[in-house]
Amino acid sequence: MAHHRLTVQQYLILAFVSVGVPLGDASLSRGMTSLPAISLAHPLTLIAAVFTPWIALGILLLIGYFASYLTALSWADLTFVMPATALGNVFVVLLAYFWLHDKVSPLRWMGVVLITVAVGFVAQGPISTTPPLNLPDPVDKAEDPPRNDALERDSVVKEQMR
Amino acid sequence: MMPASSLTQPSFWQATAMIATIVLTSSTGEVLTAAAMKSMGDLDDIRARSGMRGAIRAVVTSPLFVAGIFFMAVAFFSLLFALNHMNLSLVGPAAASLTLVTNTIAAKFFLHENVDRRRWTAAALVCIGVYLLAH
Repeated sequence: MAHHRLTVQQYLILAFVSVGVPLGDASLSRGMTSLPAISLAHPLTLIAAVFTPWIALGILLLIGYFASYLTALSWADLTFVMPATALGNVFVVLLAYFWLHDKVSPLRWMGVVLITVAVGFVAQGPISTTPPLNLPDPVDKAEDPPRNDALERDSVVKEQMR
Repeated sequence: MMPASSLTQPSFWQATAMIATIVLTSSTGEVLTAAAMKSMGDLDDIRARSGMRGAIRAVVTSPLFVAGIFFMAVAFFSLLFALNHMNLSLVGPAAASLTLVTNTIAAKFFLHENVDRRRWTAAALVCIGVYLLAH
């Protein structure tokens, strides 16, 4: 439980973790469905698809999401960040309802409630349950060994004195 | 939602195989990546200390991260392939809800996260919720 309270910056990162995927996936879907069917016999056509505008936009959004996701994973558990990712689906439904005035079925509202409750559950708990395996950076490493050597020498000397 | 009307619908087993491939490869990728980030420490601290370039270098030189990216890339192209044959409204929620379950199990056993009752409940609720949203 390194730190229980999130900073504003950390909230912003989690927010982008939430909305990055639905926006990116929607772009990918729009791009891929407008392409002719691709078969396993010609897998290289998938590579060419990457350079079409909608797919490229989708990839850019997903890269932004990924940078936020990695940052979040560096200070939070995977099982803490995952519900935040799922909150993106709720965001999509709310946008569809309030902005596009789409009809949202009761089952979908139920889904929205379940995910929101789940996020609330996890947000109540600790952000991280594993101790950070903080490896010392090169500068620290350069300083550390002499100190350790000195300690070791001391203990060896003490051993010899005994 | 754009209909994939010009496409022939894949059989049940083909659809299952496509979704299973996305789920297993993305779960492997996410757990490897999470392990890499965990071993690195707070990325915000690293950026404060050695700048954006230092943070990026710290991430991309991690072997666990590279392995994670490899599996995520396989998952991504599996997703593109599946989206070419099925609608996002089916592939997205199915892959997302199942990946959640495999991720939670993997986080407990491989990342040794303390997946208490609260987190199991949350994982189950999100899984059902994501599935319900597909209806």
